[in-house]
This record gives sequence, structure tokens and C-alpha cells, in this order.
Amino acid sequence: MAINLLKDRGTALDKQRFTWKELAGKPISKLDDDAFTRIRVILMNGVELDSLRYKQVLLRCNREARVPVAQMLRAEQHQATAVNWLLSADHSPLETTIAYEQVAIEVTASIAQLEPDAYMAQGYRYGLLEDFDHLYRYTALLDRLEGKDANNILQGYTDVVPGRPTIDHHRAPENDLLEPYAAEAALATKLHAITLVGGEYQTHDYYMNIGPIFADPVARMLYAEIASVESQHITHYGSMLNPEESPLEKLVLHEAMEVWNYAACAEQEPNPRLKALWERFLDYELGHLQVAMKLFKDFEKRDPAELLGDGSLPPGIDFSSQREFVRKVLAAEVQLRKDGTQFVDEDDEAVSSLKYRNQLNSQGSPSQAVSAAYQWMPGTELNRNAATAQPSAA
Amino acid sequence: MDNTVSVGMNRTGLDMAPKSREKLVAFARQQAGRASNETAAWSELHKVHALEADRVGTVPVPARIKGMATTMLDTLKGNKPQVLIDKLGERLAYERTGVRLYEAFLLKVASASEGFAPDLEAVAAIRDDERSHFELLGKTLQQIGADPTAMTPCADVAGVMASGHLQVLTDPRTTIAQALNSLLAVELADNASWELLIELLQGAGHKDLAQGFTVALQTEETHLATVKAWLRQAVLEEAT
Repeated sequence: MAINLLKDRGTALDKQRFTWKELAGKPISKLDDDAFTRIRVILMNGVELDSLRYKQVLLRCNREARVPVAQMLRAEQHQATAVNWLLSADHSPLETTIAYEQVAIEVTASIAQLEPDAYMAQGYRYGLLEDFDHLYRYTALLDRLEGKDANNILQGYTDVVPGRPTIDHHRAPENDLLEPYAAEAALATKLHAITLVGGEYQTHDYYMNIGPIFADPVARMLYAEIASVESQHITHYGSMLNPEESPLEKLVLHEAMEVWNYAACAEQEPNPRLKALWERFLDYELGHLQVAMKLFKDFEKRDPAELLGDGSLPPGIDFSSQREFVRKVLAAEVQLRKDGTQFVDEDDEAVSSLKYRNQLNSQGSPSQAVSAAYQWMPGTELNRNAATAQPSAA
Repeated sequence: MDNTVSVGMNRTGLDMAPKSREKLVAFARQQAGRASNETAAWSELHKVHALEADRVGTVPVPARIKGMATTMLDTLKGNKPQVLIDKLGERLAYERTGVRLYEAFLLKVASASEGFAPDLEAVAAIRDDERSHFELLGKTLQQIGADPTAMTPCADVAGVMASGHLQVLTDPRTTIAQALNSLLAVELADNASWELLIELLQGAGHKDLAQGFTVALQTEETHLATVKAWLRQAVLEEAT
């Protein structure tokens, strides 16, 4: 049955309960579960963590909303735990990194095609080609450091080739900004941007946490380099959000975004245990949306329909390989750069970014060093001469 | 827990993506020309870091008079007492973690419902041996005036080494055979390390201490043989 954001009440907040055993439940199988199951786990952890982040700021800035926000925070904390603890312990931090980049590529590519606003869609395609390059650099690191094939994580859904080179991602801060969407923008546009801010935040925070646990000095440098770019991506996507929205307006949109994402997860999940979890959390988020809409009505005296229209959900993320789209974007847009909030050709890139980048890369570039002459091959580059690496073997 | 591995929907190999397999490989090859050609950069950056690196830490200076005297005596004999203290500290840390590894193994064996499982008492006996070795090493460090509660550099590195074994032993998804494979690696390294320690003690003139360690080595040799036999039995039973 189609969900209606304005009418479906979901699970009441006081009925959203957990046990420790549920929070730290059975993980997925790195070997047997579908890569898109892991993609959904990582995406929804990012969504939940951003929900916590936003609500903690709201709590500090809004006296009236303190109690319901604190109550929602508790549920979201436990949702985030139940989701993130689905990742099994046999993922090395670098393997999880590969999975994070696959999330960024496949989810952003799907959103770029769903996005009705041409400028925003351009913004997604721009970020996409950078995360696509990160996957290539980390794949080289996984191969050369741990002797592992990234395709065991990617499961053939995602290509591993250079994108816009990471060495060129380092821009002066003012060139990371985009023009924000307008107040009257389509609901889909808002939900897309809020989703990706959360995703990039999560990736950034993950790299900031695990970067120092690597012993290899070039791995440490690569994580430092790509964490810096992920921070730029938070700014890139974060600046898409309309700064004129009120805090409670942002809360309503955030809850609607969570409903939108869980609905797509529940619809496409083949693992029955996870499907049940996505459905449960979809109902929890509908419950949160009820609370957010009530706050919006009570304190802003505004109608949620002003934001949510007739309450119907825009089309959800397509959790399937976006290979052909990514290849097209790569062929057509890899040379694009930024000047302020505009996308320009390579030759017209803002001089401030060139200066910034030259200084930062002046003692060597980890992303170049790790992937020198690197070409992904099935079974790692050590498999160069084996039959499995030859296309004719298929 | 079922202690066998079965055939199923493993999605990792290239054969599991028959439709995209050829596309993936061909595209990677086609785009290979866009890779960086700075082939020396990886080794150059590593070299720079190696030259600038500090060590993980130092061996603590003995804080008690007895320790200072022993250290001075060993130094006068031309030995470097810090090497012995470091290696004793390493063994102590290894044996202490070893107790915890066998405790984790005991939990795994106790919850096994089918397939090969070693005798719980026999596993507990090894755990107890590891503990007595830990105590022996603590006493030895005290005898030469060193602090058995300190973490020496080699003890620290041994902890890094053990982290993989801890992951294997404590994961409820691993089978008894997989856990034994990890314990085999632990015992192999343990045996070689006791041998080296005995040689080090003898070289430093601590023949009395070396004698006690020889007994410990003999016990470790039986652990190795036992774990190897258990692993063999577990795998062969599973294979037939």
C-alpha cells in the first residue's frame, strides 16, 4: 500500500522499544549477502547518524521542542545501532571503505537520475565522479596493502577505473559551495540533498576515525587526503540545503527523508530478516514524522502540507547497478571543475583552487602514489597472467 | 552451533557476476591509460617515513635498586639487558592474552552442538598452563628487578599480532576448526619464542632461569602437538 506522509501514523514514539540483543543482533554475511544489502545498511546508518546530528543541534537551539526531540533522539540512537551493528566483524576497515564508496557511487548515481532540478542533478554527477575515483584509489590500496580484490565486496556491480583524479579534488573552500534549492523546490529535490549530506558526513567521520589505525604511512596519508575531500563533499551537498528553512521545517523534511529511504529499502530488500527491520523502522520514522509535524503546527502555526504536498512519496532510490549511467557521466563530465557555485571546464577552474591544491600536493600525493600504473584485475593485480584476468575467459 | 561450513550463495567471485564479468574486465583495461605513472612514488613515500619514524616505544628503566644492579651487572658483562627485559615482557603479554584466547575457545567449544569438539577439560588445562607461564614470567621479571606490569615494545607489537587471533576466536560465527587454525599459529609462534628466550637467558648467564623456562617449553610442545591433532581431527571429520 502506498505510504502517505500526512496520514500514516506509524509506530507511536512510546512504543519504539529495543533490547541490547536486538541492537547488537546477527550481522550480515560479507560473503553471502548481496552487496546492495550492505549498501542499504551503510546508507541507513548514515541517514540515522545525520538524524542524531541534526536533532542534537535542534535541542540546543529550540526550547519548546526539547522533550520530544530528546525522546526521538533515543529511538534514533538505537535505530542507528541496530543498523550499523549489521556489519560483520570480518570486514577489514579497508573493505568497509570499499563498501562505503560503492554506496556513494550507486546511491548518488540513482539520485542524480531521479533529481528533477538540472543544476542539482549536475551537482550529484559532479560528486559522483569524485567518489568513483576514491573507489579506484582505495581498491589499489586494498590490493597492494592487504592483497585482496575489491570486487569481492563490489560483487561485479561497480566498475573500478579512475574518475576525476583525487589529486584534483582539492578545491579552495569557496569553490565547494553550490546554490541552495529554493523554498518552493520539489519535495524530491529536498529529500535527495538531505540524504546525501548524511551519507557524506558518515563517510567523512568513518575515515577520520579509522585513518589513524592504519600502520602503513601511505594508507594513513590516503585516508587523510580522502577524508579532506569528504569534508568538501559535506559542504558541497550541505550547501544545497535552503538556509532560509526554519529549524522545525528542517526537522519535518528530515523525518520525511528517513521515511522515503526506509520505504525504498523495505521494498527492495531480498534478505527477509533485514526486510522486516526496514519495515519496522519505516513505521518508527512515520511515528517521528507525526511528532515533527505536530511541533511544526503548534509552534510555527504552519501546515505540513506546505512542505509535503499531498503526502505521497517521490520515487525512491533504485538499489541496482548504475554502471551504464556512471560510464556516460565519466565520458562526458570528467573534465568539469568548479568556480564558485558554477561548474566549469578544466581550463576555467578557479585560480584559488589551483593555488590551494599545489601547496597541499607539494610533498607528494598519496592518491597518485597508491595507484601508480594500477589497473583492477579479477583476483588482484598479482593475477595479471592468469586466465581469469582475460576478458576472453568469460 | 553447527561446526561445519556448507555450500551456498557465496557472491564474491567473478563467476557470480556472469553478465557483467566481461564488461568489468574490458572497461578496466580500456581505462588503464588514465592511471598515474608515478611508479616510484609509493616506495619513495615509504622510504621517507621509514627514515623519519620513531620506534613504538622504549623498555622502561628499572625503577628499583635491584633492577638497577642487575642491569648494571649485565651491562658490565657486555650484554644489553633491555633486550632480555623486552622479550620477557613480550612473552608475558603473549601468555596473558593466550589465557584469554583459550577462554574464548572454551566458550566456543561449550556451545558446540555437533561435529568435532575437543574435551573441555583438556582445553581448560592448556588455559591453566598459559596462566602459570604468565605467572612464571612475571616472577622472572621481578627477580631481575624489572616491572612485570609494564608494556614493553615487543609486548605491544605482540598485542598487535594477537588482534587477528582475538577476532577469530571471539566471533560466534567461526567454527571450532577455524578457531583451532588460529590457535595453531599461536602455539607455533609460542614454541619458537620460548626456544629463543631460553637461548637469550643462557647467553646472558641466567642459567638458573633458563632451566625453569625449559620446563615451560616442554609444556608448550605438548600444547602444539595437541592443538595440531585437534585441528587435524576436526578438518578430517568434516571432510568425510
